[in-house]
Amino acid sequence: MATVTKVAAAPTETPARPGPRRGRPLRWLPLAPATVMLLLFLGGPIAYCVYIAFTNMQLTGASSTDFVGLDNFQRAFGDDDFRNAVVLTLVFTLLSSLVGQNTLGLALAALMQRASRPVRTLTGSIVIAAWVVPEIVAGFLLYAFFRREGTLNALLDGLGLPSQNWLYTLPILAVSFANVWRGTAFSMLVYSAALSEIPKEITEAAEVDGAGGMSRFWHITLPMIRRSIGTNLMLNTLQTLSVFGLIWAMTRGGPGNRSQTLPVFMYDQAFNKSLIGYGTAVALLLLLVGALFSLVYLRLMREEV
Amino acid sequence: MRPTAPLILAATLAATAGLTSCGGGSGSDPDTVKVVYNRSTDNKIRFKDNHLAEVKKQFEKANPGKKVKLVPIQAQDNDYATKVQQMMRSPKTAPDLVYEDTFRINSDIKAGYLRPLDSYLAKWKTWDQFVDTAKAAAKAEDGKTYGVPDGTDTRGLWFNKKIFAKAGLPADWSPKNWDDILKAARTIKRKVPGVTPLNTYTGKAPGETSVMQSFEMLLYGTGEAGGNPLYDPGAKKWVTGGKGFQDALSFLRTVYSEKLGPDISDALDPNVGTTVFSEWLPEGKLAIALDGSWLGQNWLKTGGKPWPEWSKTLGQAPMPTQNGQAPGKVSMSGGWTWAITAKSKNPDLAWKFIQQLQTKENAVTWDIVDAQIAVRKDVAQDPKYTSSMPGITFFTGLVKYTHYRPTTPVYPQVSTAIGEAMEAATTGDASPEKAAKSYDDQLTSIADGATVAASGQG
Repeated sequence: MATVTKVAAAPTETPARPGPRRGRPLRWLPLAPATVMLLLFLGGPIAYCVYIAFTNMQLTGASSTDFVGLDNFQRAFGDDDFRNAVVLTLVFTLLSSLVGQNTLGLALAALMQRASRPVRTLTGSIVIAAWVVPEIVAGFLLYAFFRREGTLNALLDGLGLPSQNWLYTLPILAVSFANVWRGTAFSMLVYSAALSEIPKEITEAAEVDGAGGMSRFWHITLPMIRRSIGTNLMLNTLQTLSVFGLIWAMTRGGPGNRSQTLPVFMYDQAFNKSLIGYGTAVALLLLLVGALFSLVYLRLMREEV
Repeated sequence: MRPTAPLILAATLAATAGLTSCGGGSGSDPDTVKVVYNRSTDNKIRFKDNHLAEVKKQFEKANPGKKVKLVPIQAQDNDYATKVQQMMRSPKTAPDLVYEDTFRINSDIKAGYLRPLDSYLAKWKTWDQFVDTAKAAAKAEDGKTYGVPDGTDTRGLWFNKKIFAKAGLPADWSPKNWDDILKAARTIKRKVPGVTPLNTYTGKAPGETSVMQSFEMLLYGTGEAGGNPLYDPGAKKWVTGGKGFQDALSFLRTVYSEKLGPDISDALDPNVGTTVFSEWLPEGKLAIALDGSWLGQNWLKTGGKPWPEWSKTLGQAPMPTQNGQAPGKVSMSGGWTWAITAKSKNPDLAWKFIQQLQTKENAVTWDIVDAQIAVRKDVAQDPKYTSSMPGITFFTGLVKYTHYRPTTPVYPQVSTAIGEAMEAATTGDASPEKAAKSYDDQLTSIADGATVAASGQG
């Protein structure tokens, strides 16, 4: 899975330049080779995917591929398993990305601002270590943690608490937690950067005016890092929407289909059931979900305070 | 919108990369046979690799200037099949020879991935040594043969005599019907705490392992002798989930709801098959296992989990029919075949390699190291084979009672649907009736409406 490491700058409303803008086609010339490459290696496969989504292509069991129009999409909307996957994807995204990674990342970043250097270094490296681990490895680590004979239950037993069997009873919670564990570092880094950008004078002035910690945070810090919040939410959501390896390694979407989010559902349809056309159509729908989220965030970021 | 466009593109790619992936292939060389096979996911198990390396050596010696390139794919069965199917889609990446599970071969034939071998088989004397059921294993709906089988397997009950002694059960246990199995399991649960009484695979994660080793072993023991509880070959129609189907699900439900089986989360673990032979059975944690004839290979000196006492500790019993009705015993058989791909550039050379694999010596050796049941008359009578492994005569004896899975292209999809029904019934997410009902719905869409109601079953 591609991890987006470059944090895109929040879009800004560029004020119209004075004077008429003259289009200079020559400016595009140096970009042409890169554009062609992108079209070829990025645009091509995407266009091919869009085409497949409207066919009944199969990996095996059928030799011909026919154009079937909107059949795959109709099938998806009438498919209980697909609906289940959409719901679980939303739950997974809300829990692990919006609530978990985002809040925890902001809290960590805010706390680390005040911490002494050694504490900061230690916390930072532990959190980032979880992020650096490849997804599949993280999946197996957390599987070992949540398993019935895993670390979590050994700890609970030691404390005299009843043991849990999360991977079986509440698998979607277990994988959400795993995703929080793994992805918080990214939010923490974004927010650390954003918080360090806030001029000291402003917070000090508020302090002099008698604003308490909470109200300073609410009225000054949050509005000032609003753009970072938007950017971070968007990146986080898009990453979380496409999480596959983590869930695959921990539960394979099971038991039943209780942790089958859209990417796992897609894989299952395309490769276990060999329905490549249908799987690709679901991939396009997943893309739509991601686009919707992105649009919402963009709107949020544009509003003036 | 500018900065987000690339992000959305990146997400698209991430979401769809898997669906369009297509590896660059090496150009094919007219003097090299590219052979693709599945390597065990257990790193200690390498007898297939060693055997193929040996045959490769013989082949290269016998055919100077020709080479064999072995391409192992280390993956679970489902993933192996997916990978090979993707390789076979393009002439750039298509191997010459593939190791194909009979369970998928018809699906791949229909997809046009394989080539018929009739012209080669017609000139091949050894083909007469193959038993008829084996010849039919890779025969497609068009009447042509697409693969050469190298062995088969049967299934039955393995039980631990030591645990049985503790529970006061006989060492020559031979259940007459499903109830006898449940009774024995309940006795063990009562008298030998801490031991899992009975393992029957279930659910989607173990894949075909659950469907064949457990569900079909039950299903084919329901109804009248000679019935077709899953697929009616005469009418070319799939049979919907009738009473036998629901009874098989109920049996599984009983095993798991009465806690006669492993903990349900262990049962639904994709690696449970490996756990059974590498941990539960050797460590005496499991009393009865409904499993395959090949288990013994793992406990040999050369196996992944050497266990010298296994042949003394474990007994075998045939799987009985539901109520002990004729023929009284039931088994399922599968097996693997060697097939030549449609896009192969060197089919003749690939055929030569199949012949090398099937010299009598190699065929005997292979059936012994892979603990396969012989599909050739000459191999089955070979003293090296008959004395190779305790229990081999027992499992070879089950061939009389065995059933083969429907050889139709959509079988793998049906199998997936069965796995889902099993999982729903086992976890209690759905009653056996409801699980059978949703199986019917899926079946209708998979078989394009070609279904028939189950006949009345007593």
